[in-house]
Amino acid sequence: MLKEKKILSRPEILTGAFTFCAGCNHGTINKLIAESIESLGLREKVIAVIGVGCCSTMYNFWDTDAIVVPHGRAQAVATGLKRVHPDKIVFTYQGDGDLAGIGMHEAIHTPNRGENITTFFINNGIYGMTGGQGAPTTLLGAKTTTTPLGRVASEGVPIRMCELLETLSAPVFIQRVALFSPAETMKARKAIEKALKCQVEGRGFSFVEFLSNCPTNWKMTPLESLEYVRKMSDYFPLKVFREPQ
Amino acid sequence: MKGNEAIAEAAIRAGLNFYAGYPITPATEILEYLARHLPVRGGVFVQAASEIEAINMVYGAAAGGARAMTSSSGPGMSLKMECISYIALAELPCVIVDIMRGGPGLGDIQPAQSDYFQIVKGGGHGDYRLIVLAPSTVQEAYDLTFESFLLADRWRIPVIILGDGALGQVKEGVDLYDKAPVLFEKPWALSGAKGRKPNKIVPFNLEALELEKMNLALQNKYRAIEAQEVRFENVNINSKTKLIVVAYGTCGRIAKSIIKMAVEKGLDIGLIRLISLWPFPHNEIRYLARNFPSTKFLVVEMSAGQMVEDVRLSVSDDTRVSFFGRMGGVVPAPEEILREIERKGLC
Repeated sequence: MLKEKKILSRPEILTGAFTFCAGCNHGTINKLIAESIESLGLREKVIAVIGVGCCSTMYNFWDTDAIVVPHGRAQAVATGLKRVHPDKIVFTYQGDGDLAGIGMHEAIHTPNRGENITTFFINNGIYGMTGGQGAPTTLLGAKTTTTPLGRVASEGVPIRMCELLETLSAPVFIQRVALFSPAETMKARKAIEKALKCQVEGRGFSFVEFLSNCPTNWKMTPLESLEYVRKMSDYFPLKVFREPQ
Repeated sequence: MKGNEAIAEAAIRAGLNFYAGYPITPATEILEYLARHLPVRGGVFVQAASEIEAINMVYGAAAGGARAMTSSSGPGMSLKMECISYIALAELPCVIVDIMRGGPGLGDIQPAQSDYFQIVKGGGHGDYRLIVLAPSTVQEAYDLTFESFLLADRWRIPVIILGDGALGQVKEGVDLYDKAPVLFEKPWALSGAKGRKPNKIVPFNLEALELEKMNLALQNKYRAIEAQEVRFENVNINSKTKLIVVAYGTCGRIAKSIIKMAVEKGLDIGLIRLISLWPFPHNEIRYLARNFPSTKFLVVEMSAGQMVEDVRLSVSDDTRVSFFGRMGGVVPAPEEILREIERKGLC
């Protein structure tokens, strides 16, 4: 007789149904972060700092302390929180418009101070919440509502955030991951745990970039969008840029 | 000590846990004083890389339940306004010091009262208010800064200490009395949801009716503050007073000299020196305007006339309200204000 065994369940941290679009990777990334927090036993220590964009409604799904902050400023708010609660686990969750556009100032200075926080950077190369405008990470040639003929270099060459942060000496963990296959998804999960562990151990700033999708604004099926993410990884290589020895 | 130093010292004695700031004249001594003194007295000091970063760090620290402060001057305050609007809706306590200088634009670094509109009327987006306290001496700067942390915590609201370059830079003796700060329980603060339900600080709601409810709650709080926290000083006001000077901060101090000079000249001049700019003493000025129907009002500011709009609203008779102002960092002398009073036949 077969014995029933639970092999998969939703993390307890996540409550309620996601309101992300069908096929969007935000749901998966939320789940991976929540799983990692639970497996490291950090649930009662976590303070989530949520940026502006599609992720702004995340506070609805997270059964942890959370704060919604001005566009681009998550890492500054996280700095204030972490400095007054050095024993808590503070992470920011930010899209590419939030972090690499309006928040570029904080995106450089926070890692450069070596703040002991973790930043999860969700890079889908588009402003999703506002309906599909070109972002600092939009690939050249990509059509968006503000690059209707396809993005050209004079509109900005897509910025590689991990490579930019690698020029700084202070950050302790930098990795880019993607979710276009089960194997890559498992790597992403491991990267999240490593980043959070760096914070637990007080090592300093940790950063995980997720190449993500936007079926709605890319006007693709979820499957096509994952293929496009695979294409993005030619320009944004998936690798560990830095980790503690 | 300098006004700026007295403000910083008062903040430490009031239990300041966290300060973030950015250099800007004429407010920089607050940043420098706290860099030297705050870490060794148990607080956290961060020099931010921008004004925007500084106020957002304060947003985070305040959300964490800390007594948090930042300081700046006009151009820097303009940059902070977005986050101040967030903090207002999030109902977090913090203290923000604005040592005003001449504007607009880069302006200059001399004393001015150019930020009244920005600070008292909002500056950021949405219907919010800030408690605004305007000291006129270094001692008062010390007293009000100490008290501002209590007000911020009691009402869960940002409190602004609105000074100017003269107050920030002048050196005066200060009584640094020892007084234990009153501390508040902050069950709403973010500290990790251990043994309690999660706390969420969300200055945002996509449902119009819900956001309206949040706004109405704010407005109710503001009405309560208006009823309880109005502060001002009356000098020489009685039924014989022909002219009431209305001023705050450095101009309030200058106006006191005018009163003395007027007594010598046999002129009946009184003064309302505003200490809280919001809540504004509308009722008190209205009371005086109604009960002394022949009394005129002269508003003196180091601006083109910003607070005068509120005085006109209270008096409700523009023919009785005059204005005298200097701009660009020019501090008016008592003699020139008195000459203006005599020239216009106000007294």
